[in-house]
Amino acid sequence: MSGNEVIAHAAIAAGCRFFAGYPITPSSEVAHVMAEELPKVNGCFIQMEDEIASMGAVIGASLAGAKAMTATSGPGFSLKQENLGFACMAEVPCVVVNVMRGGPSTGLPTLPSQGDVMQARWGTHGDHPIIALYPADLTEMYQQTVRAFNLAEQYRTPVILLSDELIGHMSERVEFPDSVETLKRHKPDIPPDEYLPYDVSGALVPPMANFFEGYRYHVTGLTHDETGFPSENANIAEAQLRRLMLKISASEEDILEWEEDGLEDADIAIFAYGAGARSVRSAMLRLREQGVRVGMFRPVTIWPFPDEALRAAAARVRVLFVVEMNMGQMVREIERVVRDTPIVGIHRASGQPIDPDEIVSTAHHWLEHGDTLQPHTEVFQMSV
Amino acid sequence: MPSAALLEIASRGEPVAGGHRLCSGCGAGVIIRQMLTATDYPTVVSNATGCVEVCTSVYPFTAWNVPWIHNGFENAAATITGAEAAYRAMERRGDVPKRKNKKPMKFIALGGDGGTYDIGLQSLSGALERGHDFVYICYDNGAYMNTGIQRSSASPFGANTTTSPAGVVIQGKQEERKNLTAIAAAHDIPFVATASPGYYMDFTRKVKKALDVNGPAFLNVFAVCPLGWRSEPEDSQILARSSVETCVWPLYEIEDGRFRLTFRPNVKRPVTEYMQLQGRFSHLFKTGNEDMLTHIQERVDAEWEQLLKRDRREREENSE
Repeated sequence: MSGNEVIAHAAIAAGCRFFAGYPITPSSEVAHVMAEELPKVNGCFIQMEDEIASMGAVIGASLAGAKAMTATSGPGFSLKQENLGFACMAEVPCVVVNVMRGGPSTGLPTLPSQGDVMQARWGTHGDHPIIALYPADLTEMYQQTVRAFNLAEQYRTPVILLSDELIGHMSERVEFPDSVETLKRHKPDIPPDEYLPYDVSGALVPPMANFFEGYRYHVTGLTHDETGFPSENANIAEAQLRRLMLKISASEEDILEWEEDGLEDADIAIFAYGAGARSVRSAMLRLREQGVRVGMFRPVTIWPFPDEALRAAAARVRVLFVVEMNMGQMVREIERVVRDTPIVGIHRASGQPIDPDEIVSTAHHWLEHGDTLQPHTEVFQMSV
Repeated sequence: MPSAALLEIASRGEPVAGGHRLCSGCGAGVIIRQMLTATDYPTVVSNATGCVEVCTSVYPFTAWNVPWIHNGFENAAATITGAEAAYRAMERRGDVPKRKNKKPMKFIALGGDGGTYDIGLQSLSGALERGHDFVYICYDNGAYMNTGIQRSSASPFGANTTTSPAGVVIQGKQEERKNLTAIAAAHDIPFVATASPGYYMDFTRKVKKALDVNGPAFLNVFAVCPLGWRSEPEDSQILARSSVETCVWPLYEIEDGRFRLTFRPNVKRPVTEYMQLQGRFSHLFKTGNEDMLTHIQERVDAEWEQLLKRDRREREENSE
C-alpha cells in the first residue's frame, strides 16, 4: 500500500466522515480512496471546484459536527491559506494533508521536496499557532493520521499532516491496528443560553457546540469576543489572541513528538524529518559500521518546534548536521535554538532524494576538518 | 481530392510541432493544431495547467511555434487578459516593436475542462465581463486527465472516473454536466460556439470568426481522451463525429446573441453507439442499469429538441 492510501484508511479509522478535495499530483490517491471508502461508512466525499472551496467545505463540515479532511500539494496548499487562517481564528478542527512536491509554483509535480515546511507554520497571514505532523514511514503515517484528528479535536485547531511525493507514492508493508483510540471535541455541558464558544475565563480550549444541536452562536474570521461576535476592543482582541496562541504553546509537552536514534554516544547528531530522515538512516548504518558515532534527531511534530529537546540533544554532540530537501528552512529554527554547537547544512531541492553517500562523506569531511571550519552561517553553502 | 480550403489550411505550416508527448489518439492534440492553422494571425497563447501544457512543453523542448505562457491552473484567462491589455496600451503609446506581419496580434487562452469549468471559471468570467479582445478555447475531455482521470463538472452523467467511481451501489457520476457554453453566452459576448475536431471546417471557421470579432469569444471544443475514456486511439475521430451525430455534442454558435445550429445530423444516432466505444460507460450496459441509459438518451433528446426549437424560433424572428 502507498503512503497516500494509508492516510485515507487511517483517517476513516480515526472517524473522518467528510472529505472535500481537488485533484493535484502527488496527493490525488488520498481522494481516490476516500471516494471509494467514505460511502461505505455513510460518509460524504465531494470533489470541489478548487482547493479554496475544498477548505471552505471542510470548515462547514466540521462546524456541522463531522471530522473533516482535505488533501493537496504545494500549489493547492497556497490556495488554502486564507481559509486555513479562518479555521485557526474560528477554532475549527480539521486535518489538512500536504503531500509536498518540488516548488516553488508549479514546480516538480511528480517529485518530492520538503519546501513547504515554513509555509505550514506561517502560510496564512496574521499571528496564529499551528500543529504540523510529518511522519517518515507508512506505519507512522497511519498513527500520525489518527493523531492528527485527535489533536484537531482536542485543541480545536487545524492540524497539518505533511508528507511528500516519496512517502506518498512509495509502497511499504504496513499493519493496520484492529482499533485506534479516538478523541472527539469537548461539547458544552451548559445550556445554550449560557454557552460562550470562545470563553477566555475557563480552559484554554473552549468547548465546541456543533450546529443542529440546539446551540446557536456566531462564527466569524473577524476578531471576536467570547460570544463569537466581532469586536475591535483592544483588551478583548489581545485576550483572545493570547488565548489562541497559549492554547497550543501551553500544551507542547502533549503535542510534541520526536525520535532520538543513536544519540546516547554520538559525536555527530543529524536533524532530519520525513523523506530526508530515510536517507539519513541509510547513511547512519554505514557510518556506524565505519566507527563514526552518529545519531539522528527526528521531529515527528515539526510545529510547534521542539526547542527544548533539540537544545538538549545538541548540547551533547560536537556538531549538528541538518538534512533537508529544501534550500534551508527548518535550519533557521535550529539556528534560533542551538547557539553553542556548530551547524552544518545539507540542503538539496533538485527533486531527488538526498544521497546517503553525500551525508557519509560530509561526516568524514567534518571529522577531518571540522575544528578548523567556521560555524555554519550561510544556509545555501555546499557542505563538502 | 482535398478541398481547396483544406489545402489552404494545410499550407500554413505547423504552428504546433510534432514530437510532443500527447497520447496516441488525443483529441486535444488535433484541436491545438487546427485552432492555430485556422488563420495566419500572429498569436499569443496562454495555457492552463493540464495535459496540453505538460505534454507540449517537456524540458528542453516546446511544441509551440508561437509565443506561449503557462501560468497556473486557474488563470489562463487572467494571464492572457494581462498580456492583451498591456499590449493594447503599448500599441497606443507606440512602444510596440515593428513587425513584418502586419496582421493584428491575437490572444488565445487555452484550457481543459478542469481548468475552465471548475477552478478556472472565475478567471474566465472576469475576462469575459471586462470585454477583452481574446478567444478562450476549452478542450473538453470530461475529466482531469493529467492528474489521473478525476471527475470535473464537465464529466458526463454516469461516467466512471477515479473520484466518481462506478461501484456496486453508486454507478459513476451522479451529477449532470454543467452547461458552460450557456454560462459564457450569459456574459453577452460577441461570439460563443461549440465545435468538434471531427468537423474541422466548422471548427476552423468558428476559430476565425472568434478571432475576428472585437471582444471576447468562447469556444467549447469536444476532445477525445482514449486513456481516460478507455477507448481505442484509432476511434478518436469516429468519436469526434459520433458525439455530434448522436447530439451529445451539438454544434452551434451564438453571434451577438443570435443562436444558430451549424450542423444537423441527417440521421440522429442513438447515444449508445457513442457510449459503447468507451470503457468509462461500460458499467451502464450491465443488466439493471437500463434506466440510466434511458435517462441519458431522454436528456440528450430533450436538449436537442430545445436547440431545434430555439434555432427555428430565431430564424423566424430574423425572417430568414
